[in-house]
Amino acid sequence: MKNYIKYLPFLALGVISCEPELDNPVDKVGFYSNGEADFTNYVALGNSLTAGYADGALYITGQENSYPNIMAQQFAKVQETQLFTQPLMADNAGGLLLAGNQITSNRRVLAFGPDGAPAPKIYTGMQPTTDITNVLSGSFSNMGVPGAKSFHLVAPNYGDISGVPVGTANPYFVRFATSPSSTILADAAAQNPTFFSLFIGNNDVLSYATTGGVGVDQTGNLDPSTYGQNDITDPQVFAQVYSTIVNTMVGTGADGALVNLQDVTSIPYFTTVPNNALVLDAATAGSLTGFFQAVAGIFTQGLLQQQVPLAQAQALAAQYAITFNEGPNRFLIDVPVSQSNPLGFRQMTAEELLVLTIDQGALAQGYGSVVLSPEVLQVLGILQTGGQPTPEQAGLVLAAVSGVDDKDALDSDELSNIANAQASYNATIKALAQANGLAFVDARGTLAQVASGGIPFDAGVVTSQYILGGAFSLDGVHPTPRGYALVANTIIDAINATYKSTVPKVNIGAYGTITLNNDVQ
Amino acid sequence: MKKLLLLTVFTLATAVTYAGGYRVSLQGQRALAMGHTGVAVVNSAELGFFNPSGLVYLENKLNISVGGFGVFSDVVYQNEQTGDFARTNSPVGTPLYLYASYKVTDWLTAGLSVYTPYGSSVEWEDDWAGSHLVNNIDLAAIYIQPLVSVKLSPYFSVGGGPIYVTGSVNFNRNLNRTLSDIDGNRSEVTVDASGVSNWGWSASAMFSPTEDLRVGFNYRSEIILEAEGGDADFENIPNSPATPFADTQFSAELPLPAELTVGLSYQFCEKWLFAFDYNMTFWSVYESLDLDFVNPSIPDSQNARMYEDSSIYRFGLQYETNELFTLRAGYYFDESPVQEGYFAPETPRNDSNNFTGGLSVNVNEHFAIDASFLYSRFKEVGASYDFYFEDGQAVPFSGTYKSSAFTPGLGITYKL
Repeated sequence: MKNYIKYLPFLALGVISCEPELDNPVDKVGFYSNGEADFTNYVALGNSLTAGYADGALYITGQENSYPNIMAQQFAKVQETQLFTQPLMADNAGGLLLAGNQITSNRRVLAFGPDGAPAPKIYTGMQPTTDITNVLSGSFSNMGVPGAKSFHLVAPNYGDISGVPVGTANPYFVRFATSPSSTILADAAAQNPTFFSLFIGNNDVLSYATTGGVGVDQTGNLDPSTYGQNDITDPQVFAQVYSTIVNTMVGTGADGALVNLQDVTSIPYFTTVPNNALVLDAATAGSLTGFFQAVAGIFTQGLLQQQVPLAQAQALAAQYAITFNEGPNRFLIDVPVSQSNPLGFRQMTAEELLVLTIDQGALAQGYGSVVLSPEVLQVLGILQTGGQPTPEQAGLVLAAVSGVDDKDALDSDELSNIANAQASYNATIKALAQANGLAFVDARGTLAQVASGGIPFDAGVVTSQYILGGAFSLDGVHPTPRGYALVANTIIDAINATYKSTVPKVNIGAYGTITLNNDVQ
Repeated sequence: MKKLLLLTVFTLATAVTYAGGYRVSLQGQRALAMGHTGVAVVNSAELGFFNPSGLVYLENKLNISVGGFGVFSDVVYQNEQTGDFARTNSPVGTPLYLYASYKVTDWLTAGLSVYTPYGSSVEWEDDWAGSHLVNNIDLAAIYIQPLVSVKLSPYFSVGGGPIYVTGSVNFNRNLNRTLSDIDGNRSEVTVDASGVSNWGWSASAMFSPTEDLRVGFNYRSEIILEAEGGDADFENIPNSPATPFADTQFSAELPLPAELTVGLSYQFCEKWLFAFDYNMTFWSVYESLDLDFVNPSIPDSQNARMYEDSSIYRFGLQYETNELFTLRAGYYFDESPVQEGYFAPETPRNDSNNFTGGLSVNVNEHFAIDASFLYSRFKEVGASYDFYFEDGQAVPFSGTYKSSAFTPGLGITYKL
C-alpha cells in the first residue's frame, strides 16, 4: 500500500494540468499593451457612422457592429475595461416611432424579385417597435447620433422630444439624452471618459451632397441657427465647434482619437449611376445629334428675331448643337439660366455625379436627354425636309429637352463647394489632433483606397462598389459591418502609433456585408 | 527499493497515449497503464482487443475484463493578431470495453469483445472564431467482435474474427463566417446520423519462443461508415432565394482506418515485465470529409483532410509487488496524422507525449480491480486549416492551439 501511495502525486499532477494552458495566452492581461493610453472608460462621439447606422436605418445588429463597439471589444482584450454601452434599438427592423407613428423608415435589405434580379427594398418582415417616447435611462458609451452635424453636439435641447416635429431636436438623441435640455457633448463629458473618439462633420456637407446640392453653401454665415437641413456648414463654425468639443473632452483628462472626413463624393451613393449611362445605338445617336442641331437652329432663329447679330447668335446657340455618339454618352443636366446659357441645360462634365436615388426608369425614358413624343418627332420631320416650324412647334422641341434636375446631380460648382468645405474641416481636425497630442485617424485615406481598387483581406478585396463591394450598406452612404470593421482597424492603427499601444486589430473577413431578405413589399 | 526508483523514473519519462485523429486508444486498464501496449502481453481478456491469438494462452477457463474511462480532454485556441480566444468545453468522454474468453479445449478458445476504438467529442463555444469549421462534433463507434484463438503449437497461435460496427455522428457548424438571419443569428447546419453500421475483421498471431519472451502481431481492417439518409438541419437561414438551405438529408463516408500492431514482451527478474508495441494507423484513407445533401439546390460540402498514415511507439513496464498489488507504468509517443495546413479544429490533435500508470488489486483469486490513468501532453502548436473556401478563394484559419487530456479509468478482471 505504501508503494501505491507514492504514485498519488502523479495522479494529482495529472488532474491539475487537465485544462490546457498556452505559454502566452492572449486573454492574460499584459499580452497586449495599452501603451500611454487608458481605455478603461471609452466614449465615442459622432453621428450615424459612430452609431452603427446602415441600410438607411439604425437597428440592433448594426449597432453591435458599430466601429466603437468593435474597438471596445478589442480594448477589452488589452485592459480591464468598463462595459461599453450603446443605446440599442428595440429591434432589427430599424424604423423609429413617435407615439406610435412611424417617423423614419425601416432598414433596407437585398431582395430578389420574381425574375431573380436582386434589388434593395425596405424590410417589412416585422413592425418597428422603437418609440422615441420611451427614453432609455442612464448614460451610454456610444454617443453617436444619426443625423448630427458638428454644431449639434453642443446644441441645447437637441434631445427634447418637443423639438422633433419642428426639426430642432433629433429623435435618436431624444431616446438617450440624460435630460431634454442637455447636449451630446455634456452627456459625453459627464461620463469622465479615459479615452474618447470623435468622428463628426460628415453631415456638415453630406446632406448638401445627397440632396444634389439644393441646399446653400453657408460659408461666410457664422450663425448655424439660420442654416437649413441641407446646407454646408461654414468652416469657421465647424472649427469653433470642433475645438470646443476637443477641449471639453481633453479637459476631462481623456486621451483620444480624432477621425477626419472621407470624400463624400467617393461613396456608392454618387458613384453607382454613371453620368454617361446614356447608351445609344448609331441610329439613335444620329437622330439625337440631329435633334440638337434643330434645337441650335431654332434657338438661333429665335435670337435673330430678337435682333441679336448673326455671329453672336450662332456663337451662343452652338453650345446646344450637342453631338451624340454610338455607345455611352453623358447625360444633360439643368443649370441655372444665365446670359451665357439662356436655355439652362448642358451636357455633364466627366467629374459631375448623379445620385443613387435618381429615377433610373425615367433615365431610360429620356430623363437626362430628350423626351421624344410623336409631336416632337413630327416637328423634326418638318425641319428635315427644310420646312419652317411654327413658333409653337419650335417651343415643343425646346421643351422636349429634359436635363437632370439639380436634386439628382452634383455639378462642378457644387462639387467644389463640397471639396472646399471638407478640405477646411480636415485641416482643422488634423491641426487639433496635433495640438492636443491626440491620435489623428486618416479615414479619408482609407476610404479613398477602398474607392480606388479596394483593400485586400483574407477572402478577397473590399471595394466601394454598390451591393457587391462589401464596404457599403444598401443606403450607399453608410458602411456594412465589414466596412465598420475596416474603420475600427484604421482607428486602432492610429491609436497604436500615437500611444505606443498594441491593441489587436480585427479580421474584417469575419464581419458580414449586406443582409439578404425577401420579407419586403 | 532500487527497482521502485527505476519504476518512478520510468513513469516520469513517459508521455502517454492519446491517439491522433479520432482514434481513442483506451481499450483496457492493464494495457493502458503500460502505455497501451499489449500485442504480446498475455495477462487478461484484454487480449480480445490487443491480440486475440493470445487468448488461448490464458490459464483460466473463463476470463472477463470489463471497464471504462473518463476522458477529460480540452483544447484552447488563440489568434495573436486579432486577440480571438476560445476554449472547448467538451463533455467527458466515456469509452467502455468488455472482453470475455472461454477455453473450449486446450488448443481452442472462443471470445467476445466489445470496444470503442474511435470517437471524438469536441465542443467549442457557439459562433467562436472557427465556427465556420466546427461548433461541436460527437462521433462514436462501437465494435462488436466474436473471436477464436487457436494454438497451433506450444510456441505459436493465431486468432481473429469478424467485427460488426455501429456508429453515430452529430456535427454542427456555421455555414460560413458571416451569413446570418435578420436578427444576426448565424446560419448553421447540424448533420446527424446514427445506427450506421458495417463489417470488418481482425487477425492476429503470437509467437512465444521462450517462456519469457513473446512476439505479437495484430491487424484490424479498415471499416468505412457510410451514413445515408442522415438528417441535415439548417437553422437561422435568411429568408432569401439566394440561400435555399431547407432541411434535407445527407450522405457521407467516415473511414475508421485499419491498424497494424507489432510488438514484444519480455519478463525479467521474475516480477518485471517489459512491453513494446508499434502501431501503424492507416489514416491515409481519410482524404476528405464530404457531405452530399439530397436537396440538389444545396451545394455539397467538401472538406479536405488528407491524413497521413501515422505511427505510435508504446513502452510499458509491469511490476508484481506482491500477491495483492501489481503496478504498471508506460509511455507512448503518438504521431499526428494531420499534415501541415490541414489542422481542422474538429480534431485538433498534434503529436503527443503520453504518460500512463496504474495498478491491479487482486481482491481474491477470481477478482481483481484494475485502475489506470493517462496524461497526454501536447506541445503548443501554431497551425492552420487552409482548405476552407469563400467564393472560390482559400481562407486559411490559423492560430495557436494547445490540447490536453487526462483520462482515469477503472475496470474489473474476473477469472474462473
